[in-house]
Amino acid sequence: MKSETIMRFAVRFYIGVFFVYLFTPLIIMGLATFNDSRFPTVSPWKGATLKWFEALAQDGAMWTALWTSVVVAAGVLVVAVPVGICCALFLSTVQGKGKTFLYSLMMSPLLTPGVIVGISTLIFWKGLSVSGGVFLTVVAQTTFIAAYVMLMVLARLQRFDRTLENAALSLGATQWQAFRRILLPYLKPAIFSAAAIAFLQSFENYNTTLFVKGYDTTLTVYIASKVRTGLTPAVNALGLVMISVTILLAVIYEVKRRREQSMNG
Amino acid sequence: MFSQLKARFGSGLAVGIIGMIAIWLIGLVILPQLLMVDYSFRPNLLPADIGGPKDVYSLTNYETLFGNHIHLKIFFKTIWSSVLVTGLTLVVSYPIAFYLAKVATPQKAALCLLLLIIPFWINEILRTFSWYIILAYKGPLNALLLGLGFIDRPIRFLSGDGGVLIGMVYAYILFMIFPIYNAIESLDTNQIKAARNLGAGWIRTHWRVVIPHAKPGIATGCIMTFMLAAGSYAVPALLGSPGSRWFTQIIYNWFFEGGDWNQGAAYAFLLLIICIGFIALVMRIFKVGLGDIAK
Repeated sequence: MKSETIMRFAVRFYIGVFFVYLFTPLIIMGLATFNDSRFPTVSPWKGATLKWFEALAQDGAMWTALWTSVVVAAGVLVVAVPVGICCALFLSTVQGKGKTFLYSLMMSPLLTPGVIVGISTLIFWKGLSVSGGVFLTVVAQTTFIAAYVMLMVLARLQRFDRTLENAALSLGATQWQAFRRILLPYLKPAIFSAAAIAFLQSFENYNTTLFVKGYDTTLTVYIASKVRTGLTPAVNALGLVMISVTILLAVIYEVKRRREQSMNG
Repeated sequence: MFSQLKARFGSGLAVGIIGMIAIWLIGLVILPQLLMVDYSFRPNLLPADIGGPKDVYSLTNYETLFGNHIHLKIFFKTIWSSVLVTGLTLVVSYPIAFYLAKVATPQKAALCLLLLIIPFWINEILRTFSWYIILAYKGPLNALLLGLGFIDRPIRFLSGDGGVLIGMVYAYILFMIFPIYNAIESLDTNQIKAARNLGAGWIRTHWRVVIPHAKPGIATGCIMTFMLAAGSYAVPALLGSPGSRWFTQIIYNWFFEGGDWNQGAAYAFLLLIICIGFIALVMRIFKVGLGDIAK
């Protein structure tokens, strides 16, 4: 029994250390925003200030980059979500030879380093005289984000009861009606979460975007360039805003999930 | 295959589905990759010479790497460091994944999972940047260690590969935890209890019962982590120093500073081959198929 107690304590301790490790960087980054220092740090502490938020708000290039990111992410959503759904429908319907091969092919963008997705897209479109920019960024990101959407939709599709569809068909619904009224509503939650993930993936992508962005700059690329040149705590202010939005979204998601759970149970 | 689709969705929708998939797979996935490989075997020519007598296939672009000691060293260092990152991440992740799947109560596990996901909804750049602050020469970690009397003078964390490794483990840990968590969760807890009742110690229980069951998850996690580490540009660019360049940075320089895309394509293809090789190796070691990956 005694070794069991020690074991339990060790596990608790490890989990505690792990979560400290997970969150300390974010807390430090947040704190550095308020430090009245020219350079982002928390040591030494030079007094509290809010001036870096002001500096951020006046940063025109940042707002342009933010807008570019939103446009790119919206473009990716419009293309990657339907493609991902189609792949999931295809995989859940067909049987037989070649399916494993096609599945591997559809998965391959996720197993390819992001820089290579960017490079191959850049080279391919150069042949068609299209150079880097918002359009290519959308294309390159769609290449692998569609695979994420596919996986998420497929996970839900695998729990779908096909007899529901057959019932609709034998009751006289057309195939389109059965799809529209039965399958699509069933998939809706998965489609929404896939869309959210797709948006996030697009928004935070760096490795792929870097190669295909041309002269356009997304927010992530902008932050990276700021970190490497001209680093001020305004970057932290931006980071803090993004972290706050993220945590807010996570809390909303969790509250909603709990409410649904208590309604179902 | 088309007939199966048509039987379920009708011909209109079936054509749409096939069409979307075809455009994506052919236009975005297959052709660009093939063209990149094609590019890598051609010389870098002026636009006027393309298609002319000088435009012949050769291995010149690949010979460049093997003739350049610095690039070759960085190439192997990138592979080795990525293996190291993968190993470290696995060691850190496994206990967490096991705890979440088998020890914690469902409510606790749900909360922990949410806490895990939050940092990963935040930009990779920002996460890496926060390590940049922590590990800086005059940063809080050095201040803490000095204050506690562990060290006499600050450590230059960011001048070698150490900072890059720490940043990468942090950045990719979720890609390791989740597949392993999913795999362990599907293990029947009674099997663990049985092993314990029959006298197996904790280590033996993990080695003989839990780990064999979690193999596909471990394989997926290792593949994802290695691929992300070897292909990372952000982390080495932010946490590395000129002396600790990553292979992706060399590739980037060929494209945007050297202006030799053919050379860059050859380097990129080598990186891809390494990743494919690693995937094949992991699948062989863990004896799992492609179908088991990323489930």
